[in-house]
Amino acid sequence: MSYPAWDALTAESLLAPLASDPGPVLIALQKMQEHFGYIHAEAVPLIATTFNVSRADVHGVLTFYHELRTEPVTQAQLHLCAAEACQAMGARELAASLEGQVNAEISQVYCLGNCALAPAAVINGKLMGRATAEKIMEALA
Amino acid sequence: MRVFVPNDSAARSVGADEVAEAIERIAKMRGVEITLVRNGTRGAIWLEPLVEVEISGVRHAYGPVTPNAVDSLFDADFLHGGSHPLALGPTDQIEWFASQDRVTFARIGISDPLDIDAYQAHDGFAGLRKALLMSDAEIVQEVLDSGLRGRGGAGFPAGIKWKTVQQASGEQKYICCNADEGDSGTFADRILMEADPFTLIEGMTIAAIAVGASIGYIYIRSEYPDAISRMKAAIDIATLHGFLGENIAGSGKRFTLNVRVGAGSYVCGEETAMLESIEGKRGVIRSKPPLPALSGLFGKPTIINNVLTLASVPAIISHGAAAYAARGVGRSLGTQIFQLAGNIKRGGIVETAFGITLGELINTYGGGTFTGKPLRAIQIGGPLGSYFGVDRLDVSMDYESLLAAGGMLGHGGVVLFDETVNLAVQAKFAMEFCAIESCGKCTPCRIGSTRGAETIVKIMSSRDAAEIAEQKSLLLDLCEVMKDGSLCAMGGLTPLPVKSALENFPSDFQGALS
Repeated sequence: MSYPAWDALTAESLLAPLASDPGPVLIALQKMQEHFGYIHAEAVPLIATTFNVSRADVHGVLTFYHELRTEPVTQAQLHLCAAEACQAMGARELAASLEGQVNAEISQVYCLGNCALAPAAVINGKLMGRATAEKIMEALA
Repeated sequence: MRVFVPNDSAARSVGADEVAEAIERIAKMRGVEITLVRNGTRGAIWLEPLVEVEISGVRHAYGPVTPNAVDSLFDADFLHGGSHPLALGPTDQIEWFASQDRVTFARIGISDPLDIDAYQAHDGFAGLRKALLMSDAEIVQEVLDSGLRGRGGAGFPAGIKWKTVQQASGEQKYICCNADEGDSGTFADRILMEADPFTLIEGMTIAAIAVGASIGYIYIRSEYPDAISRMKAAIDIATLHGFLGENIAGSGKRFTLNVRVGAGSYVCGEETAMLESIEGKRGVIRSKPPLPALSGLFGKPTIINNVLTLASVPAIISHGAAAYAARGVGRSLGTQIFQLAGNIKRGGIVETAFGITLGELINTYGGGTFTGKPLRAIQIGGPLGSYFGVDRLDVSMDYESLLAAGGMLGHGGVVLFDETVNLAVQAKFAMEFCAIESCGKCTPCRIGSTRGAETIVKIMSSRDAAEIAEQKSLLLDLCEVMKDGSLCAMGGLTPLPVKSALENFPSDFQGALS
């Protein structure tokens, strides 16, 4: 998964179409992350100026949502579901067995909606049901 | 020859794309002409990938199919219903489906979810067409008479909410669909949006016409990328065909629909936090009153309903309130879309009238635990729902009975745990989850959850009976404070899983960490 490097001009052009939206801050941040993979520090004042809100407002939104990130993506992404239905199928043991064993950034998520095929994982954006350590390592290889 | 392979994300998570690719490749290699249809899932997630073949108008099922099994399916002449170890017979005759009462999910898995002609051929837009001939008040009355209650968890009568918005004054009104299905063990919203998105559009449009709203939002969690893209595509197609936009089905009425995407916050499933999030702000909940029905999105009168509530409306309007209200028990009328999940052999969607017992759901449909070990606990209604033991399999699955049993129906998720579960660990997790996901507005939720997790650890670590009793009493006291002192269900209902674990599984807390 590779993303283009931060570039203020591109960011501005991505934000411009959102000007008519009645509540643009969250979607503006999402747009930045979708394009650049993360939210660059310069995006905060840029969003504030573009939509005439305070930097504090933008920072507040940025820090509220678990998924918004301020560091670039440098590794493969592994999301492991840590919610109850997956716990019932050994999600805790699965997470423990993968710790330090994979070359990926591991994040916990709470429910991927694949609760009848637990445990669930997402590997670089692709959902996996009935996940096992072997299947995950193979997918990351 | 039509062959169906689901494109549902659960089916794809166990290889449906690879199966579809193998079928096309091998058919080509063998010189057999087929038309591959990527339908939605039928809801039997345990059979996914479920491949179906249409033979003289009857669909025959094979599943679960792996890419490696495709060659042998062709060898067995599955295109003509040949026998094979994976053969399940005509899909409609599989007992697991045949005994269900699919009303809201009547069209699930039958066609390509984005085929609007197929949608109309299966009764699609019949509810909308009928609604366009009714007065606003008649539509609302029909929803009231159906007894339809909020399927998101609160169970508030949908018709009353609609009536409030209808009677509210204001030029601009909104419809917001809550598709932030964050409860573990629930996936019915996702399946409906992925497999039958036009039904949600139709339900929202009927709601919009009834209350005079011109703009709608569907707030979908980011963990559902397939549902997001399919809903967006379906909105575009419906607009192109005149079912959304400036002139709905030639009626002169207008309604536009937008998709908003969440960003990994559980509390945004709470209706007022969702409104804040749609407005682009932090998902901090609002105090009520004012009710969102009077002052909701951008301060305007707003209907907020769950996906399943809105998706039930087309069938209610098209078949009449009486047919819907004839199902169910007591004040829980109509059907509920139960979701069987966790450690379960046959997980998936079971739509049936309210009043089925928990035991029937688990045994008849679920088939017991996946691991084959004895069932020990069942959590109903998501992370804020109670843990029941196997002594409560007699409980009737409806709003009132579950409340009386010390639980709640929530969004209809049923999660099974086998004997390896420790309920003290689950109770601790409930508190930790609340600490992670609390929006921070109410102190009992924001801080109480952390103190609660610590107290549970103390109980689990101690061998001193007096200290355990003291900590347990503190924990119960804290649960009361959280229940009474939190504005929304996040802090208010976290005590449910904690207290039910403590009451129903006291031995799990004894020396678990000592």
